[in-house]
Amino acid sequence: MWLTRPLRERSTQIFLGVLFAALVVVTFLHLFMPQDSALHVSAYTVTLLGKYLCYALLAVAVDLVWGYLGILSLGHGAFFALGGYAMGMYLMRQIGDRGTYGDPVLPDFMVFLNWQELPWYWLGFDMAWFAFIMVLLAPGILALVFGFLAFRSRVTGVYLSIITQALTFALMLAFFRNEMGFGGNNGLTDFRDILGFNLRTDATRLGLFIATGIALGIGYLICRGIVTSKLGRVSIACRDAEARTRFLGYRVERVQLFVFVVSAMLAGVAGALYVPQVGIINPSEFSPIFSIEIVVWVALGGRATLYGAVIGAILVNYAKTVFTGVMPDAWLFALGGLFVLVTVFLPKGIAGLLFERRKKRKDPDADPNTPSDTEREATA
Amino acid sequence: MSIIEELSNRNRVFNFLTPVASPVDVRHGPILYLDDVNVSFDGFKAINNLNLTIDDGELRCIIGPNGAGKTTMMDIITGKTAPDTGSVWFGSRHNLLTMSEPDIASLGIGRKFQKPTVFEALTVFENLELAMATDKRVIPTLRAVMKVEYRDRIDEVLETINLQAERDQLAGILSHGQKQWLEIGMLLMQKPRLLLVDEPVAGMTEQEMERTAELLTSLAGKQSVVVVEHDMGFVRSIARKVTVLHQGSVLAEGTMDQVSNDPEVIKVYLGEEA
Amino acid sequence: MSIIRSLTLLFIALISLLSLPAQAQEDDPGRELLINLAEAPASKVEEALGAIVSSGDPRARSWLEAFGSNRLSRIKDTGDVVVVLNNRGRDWEIANPLTGENMGDMSRRELDRVAINNRIRGQLEGIIAMLDLNAADPDVREASAQDIMGKVDATLVKPLEARLELEENAAVRNRIEQALAIYRVSEGDIEAVDILAGSLHPRARAALNNAVRGDNPALAAKAKQALATIEQKLKLNRAAETLYFGLSLGSVLVLAAIGLAITFGVMGVINMAHGELIMLGAYTTWGMQQLLPGQPGLALILSIPAGFMVAATAGIIIERSVIQYLKGRPLETLLATFGISLILQQLVRTVISPQNRTVVTPEWMSGSLVVNDALSLTLNRMYVLGFALVVFALLMLIMRKTRLGLEVRAVTQNRKMAQSMGIRATRVDIMTFALGSGVAGLAGVALSQLTNVGPNLGQNYIIDSFMVVVFGGVGNLWGTLIAGLSLGTINQLLEPWAGAVLAKIIVLVFIILFIQKRPKGLFPQKGRAAEG
Repeated sequence: MWLTRPLRERSTQIFLGVLFAALVVVTFLHLFMPQDSALHVSAYTVTLLGKYLCYALLAVAVDLVWGYLGILSLGHGAFFALGGYAMGMYLMRQIGDRGTYGDPVLPDFMVFLNWQELPWYWLGFDMAWFAFIMVLLAPGILALVFGFLAFRSRVTGVYLSIITQALTFALMLAFFRNEMGFGGNNGLTDFRDILGFNLRTDATRLGLFIATGIALGIGYLICRGIVTSKLGRVSIACRDAEARTRFLGYRVERVQLFVFVVSAMLAGVAGALYVPQVGIINPSEFSPIFSIEIVVWVALGGRATLYGAVIGAILVNYAKTVFTGVMPDAWLFALGGLFVLVTVFLPKGIAGLLFERRKKRKDPDADPNTPSDTEREATA
Repeated sequence: MSIIEELSNRNRVFNFLTPVASPVDVRHGPILYLDDVNVSFDGFKAINNLNLTIDDGELRCIIGPNGAGKTTMMDIITGKTAPDTGSVWFGSRHNLLTMSEPDIASLGIGRKFQKPTVFEALTVFENLELAMATDKRVIPTLRAVMKVEYRDRIDEVLETINLQAERDQLAGILSHGQKQWLEIGMLLMQKPRLLLVDEPVAGMTEQEMERTAELLTSLAGKQSVVVVEHDMGFVRSIARKVTVLHQGSVLAEGTMDQVSNDPEVIKVYLGEEA
Repeated sequence: MSIIRSLTLLFIALISLLSLPAQAQEDDPGRELLINLAEAPASKVEEALGAIVSSGDPRARSWLEAFGSNRLSRIKDTGDVVVVLNNRGRDWEIANPLTGENMGDMSRRELDRVAINNRIRGQLEGIIAMLDLNAADPDVREASAQDIMGKVDATLVKPLEARLELEENAAVRNRIEQALAIYRVSEGDIEAVDILAGSLHPRARAALNNAVRGDNPALAAKAKQALATIEQKLKLNRAAETLYFGLSLGSVLVLAAIGLAITFGVMGVINMAHGELIMLGAYTTWGMQQLLPGQPGLALILSIPAGFMVAATAGIIIERSVIQYLKGRPLETLLATFGISLILQQLVRTVISPQNRTVVTPEWMSGSLVVNDALSLTLNRMYVLGFALVVFALLMLIMRKTRLGLEVRAVTQNRKMAQSMGIRATRVDIMTFALGSGVAGLAGVALSQLTNVGPNLGQNYIIDSFMVVVFGGVGNLWGTLIAGLSLGTINQLLEPWAGAVLAKIIVLVFIILFIQKRPKGLFPQKGRAAEG
């Protein structure tokens, strides 16, 4: 079966093994090392690592469409944020009457805005199963509609990148509006518990961390399953020679749409796991700069490798944590410099640098981002 | 109850997912019929009242100077370019103008581009695998499994195009001539009823050219082949019937000898060549 | 009149002006007038004021203003009237009303305030306006006639009518007529409604509204009719205003996008740092004004070449250091230039300040052009609109008529062929990119007059700019112009009923959908060249 095929693959085995080991080690160090030990991993660190893993899953989702399908989405932050908001709405409803205003149904910000009843699109979010389905559906449907329109009319390359950016920008503006009913500027916050567990306890935090690790493992497996299947090869075909693929009888737009929607849903899951760990979701997650930052994680790690995306996401975000702690002003210089250095000097990313020899057969020789001359000819 | 059964039946193919492909009807005449087709780009008439008929099993060569509209004609047949007026029929049942590129491809029209277009990031084997005539919808492609019979078929074609040794190499590192062959191989994997071949021998050695001529002639009869080529020697070696395009319409049609003696053709085309 | 005679007259006038302060105060008729006013009993105040007004004394206005604000006092000893400049504390600072000279402090005990009652105070405004109606400058007369609208009462009717007889300026006449008509309508004069029907002034409308609510049915009906006519005209004016704002916003978009239309549209380079080049242009203007304090206008004009050079230089550095290595890899170029944009933003934050800087608008650019009572067009926007059109025309000229333009088009269409014909493609790349970047700098100079100059200035325009270029059709300067102007107008049209943010969202969604429908924009390039 397509999903289990990658399990026979060496790189997937290593990846899952490392991930599993990391989860076990962190859990062990957190639970069984005494507080004052140098090896103890604090709850704060566990949550921080959990956050990195969310970003890693998001990066894997971006790599799936960018690396294998050639679609540079500058709007994946929107899918991430939508998944986050779906989760945030559930967590908001879980607060119940413990909010500042004590309204049993309405979240605080609605009471503050003098709303009388819950808007229709908030209905159902008090039930975990519904909210969790929406975590997949909200980004999935947006990706479906947007992708359907874009791919049908063959909007690709730079154009697609620009309109995905416009999409997330428009959503950011929309979510900033109080009238939208998502808490405007402040977003959703002050969460209490998830599935009955208190979000502020260490045990819940550890649980979320482990859940994120598992989600990353499954997400990686799904993506790997797709890219090692025939569909994965068709994706690469679409990426490198779209017209040729079409003349072979493949409906390129449907392949693109399928992979795009899967990727959006994975991004949504990442967002949903992110929100309870950082305790807030607000419109800044929709900001174009965040979306483009994700792309640089993937570029740094190495495109079209999946595990490279994970490495890139964790490295960049670790650097961000360090920088913003030590010298916050320098962070944007560092990030900006990273963008330039990676694209100019490290087009294949860290993965390309480290594992070049190992994947001689599969790795695209030509730069995967450039349509080859033949493709240009074909579209002329 | 029955509805649930119906929906849960995974072998069922929903109507909207069924490919439009259905057998081509050639009982009543030609396999390809272009009638009074016109296309213009920004006022430039690329195709001008073009009429063309290809019979089932025919091998037809199309020649013409640059800008005669050869590639545009192929674009129209394969659904890439929509003509301003006119009609294009595949058999007597399928109006190609209402169909998309993948539909036309699934219907049985294969195309080789002017410049060889293969998937350079995939191996030769994988290139052929993708071209294979199978269910090309998304989910079946995701679940596709490499069966022995598929493998045999691919190996068979690999032998035909003489690329067995390069089976697991990336297509990107093939030579120009090998890429031409690979693309022809991909056409063969598609098992099309009609092959549109744009400049198949560009960049090939004399020997390779001969093999190509052999291959194309052997295909004719079972399949219909339309070859666009500049190389006169090659055309002469395979042609039974030649069509000369000039300024977007048919200037002359007939055997190579008839055509090359046509004064009009000599004037606009051969005259320039000579 | 001969020149000599007019010169002599001028000379005499000058002499008399110079000799004014020297004139003995005793002889000044103004002294008498003021003392009269100060001594007049309540019933005679109007008469005394009338005397001052009809004297035609140029100082009358300042006296009346001082009188109205309780700043006219008499020195108990001498009986002279003075103007109190500062009445705080024990000693008041006073000035001579006749010469304007400061007379120093004087104990308030020695001063006697010239009293004014509320009835007079109410009339005073009208009276002062009447005074201004005699001014030599027709603009002052028009302004005062406008002031007087709605304030006319029985006492002012006569002098106003007299003034109307004398007035020759049509605009002033018009105003006075309207001012009189407002009074007459309030008195039940049906004929006067016709005069107000032609006015867009809010006070005319208020008067008509009062008439509609009044108890004179004939008048009410007529007033209602007149209001409907006015409403119609107002609608037209509002439409014109929206159009103006739309074109103004559009011209900003065009300015921001036109440089991009060159780098992206012509060269195919995605420059995400384009917004920051705009920002550099804006900061250049700010810097210029710091260098030339007190001369904002000169600084602004100098900023035009300076902004161009600064941004063009930055563009060349970006092209040489990054973009040239990423030729043919548009998505990588996008990422790298985005990195550059982050660096530039942070650079400005670190070196200058994270806060917004204020750029002064020179006097000749501030204020507005008043078309009528309901429509006035702000001048700075008009300048920016004109500037955008000029920049566009120049660019068109460069691309169409110069050697550089020819070479740019040659290199874009077929690089190798152009090179083999002796065109140095690398040089053309640099020049083109510098041109596009320089235009971004010009956009920044213009924007500094409309918005805050801060590190985020560029970010706010980058998405919009790309939208404009893509909407207009890549590689088409005309398309960019039309797309920019129309998007600006659409945005402004939506704003009244959707609000600013929603209008922006709607426009974005509209463009996203539009691109799905027509991926190549409004004015696509067709045929082989477009896809090669």
